[in-house]
Amino acid sequence: MSTRKIELLVGLFLLSGLAAFLILVFNVANVEVNSGKSNYSLQASFSNIGGLKVRSPVKVGGVVVGRVSAIELDPVKLVPVVTLTMDKRYNQFPETSSLAILTSGLLGEQFLGLTPGFVDEDVAMLGDGDKIDDTRSALVLEELIGQFLYSMSSKDK
Amino acid sequence: MGLINTIAAMGRNAIEMMLGFGQAGLMLWGAIFQKPRIAKGLPLLVRQIYVVGVQSMVIILVSGLFIGLVLALQGYNILVGFGTEESLGPMVALSLLRELGPVVTALLFAGRAGSALTAEIGLMKSTEQLSSLEMMAIDPLRQVIAPRFWAGVISMPLLALMFSAIGIYGGHLVGVEWKGIDSGAFWSILQASVEWREDIVNCLIKSLVFAVVITWIALYRGYQVTPNPEGLSRATTQTVVQSSLAVLALDFLLTTMMFGR
Repeated sequence: MSTRKIELLVGLFLLSGLAAFLILVFNVANVEVNSGKSNYSLQASFSNIGGLKVRSPVKVGGVVVGRVSAIELDPVKLVPVVTLTMDKRYNQFPETSSLAILTSGLLGEQFLGLTPGFVDEDVAMLGDGDKIDDTRSALVLEELIGQFLYSMSSKDK
Repeated sequence: MGLINTIAAMGRNAIEMMLGFGQAGLMLWGAIFQKPRIAKGLPLLVRQIYVVGVQSMVIILVSGLFIGLVLALQGYNILVGFGTEESLGPMVALSLLRELGPVVTALLFAGRAGSALTAEIGLMKSTEQLSSLEMMAIDPLRQVIAPRFWAGVISMPLLALMFSAIGIYGGHLVGVEWKGIDSGAFWSILQASVEWREDIVNCLIKSLVFAVVITWIALYRGYQVTPNPEGLSRATTQTVVQSSLAVLALDFLLTTMMFGR
């Protein structure tokens, strides 16, 4: 085995290691390279966020338009405040849009569903840092069952 | 008298063990903390990466593929009962990246490359090649130990990454091509749940730690071999047993530090 051939094989080995790394980073972990500022952020407060997590998707009619970037508790009002990072390509949502926490499937992951509102002359578009007021909280199965049982028992009397 | 002898034997064993740790530390210190010589060191390093890394590639890739296939098949059979077979992607990818990739690669690496290193160095020691290098004023730590150590440290993480990547491909093969999970769902759920910092960087850290431990044990066992055939075979066995145990114990430790919160 000549030195030249060994060097060639070692070079190939290092390259395939690098290729595996790049596949894992860009194809599996799906790291997005943010060149410049291609996002804008929105805020919304809910009374209950259920199982929403950071990086949960924001969808409009099933299309992912952004992700949840932070979840905090408002120190004064004591309600969860969710910060969304939205793709700059989709920046034509009117202020009247509403946001709901939905579940994919019966037991699936929770995500934010954005429903675009009506557009009028005095309705502006949502921009960086704006707050969405019309929000609907997560459906918590336990609460639902509790309400159901309560209404059943009150009907009996 | 018997009791005192037992206590003395315990003490002797402890002292010998500590002596071993000290000697191993000194050997590693002598091998790595030296002024690097690019022109002379690089060809030696390339040669060793070929022996340690390139020649381990086939076994790593084949085992990675098969482990991915088996993992996906078993996972599918369980997940399909809950109607959540789309979650196969994250299951395969996370178990490969977090645990199986680094650990199985390390175990295979200990068997394939670690034992070979011990046997090679041990034979060099037995036939007094290391002493003759010293006679020629060539530092055997620098000439023999250091390139093998660095080759192991460079090769192992790369092998673990290849193992994980091809394992995920194997999972895709079973899940999507055979069992008919939707390809888009498989990849999108997989991509949503694998984190670059949490999973890939931790995979690299784990395999780097394992690489250091395995190569260190292998080189030390070879370096301290009893120069006869029996000693050589014992050293090789010890390398595989000790480095496998060290990898599994360290894996638990690292996992609690990384994911135990």
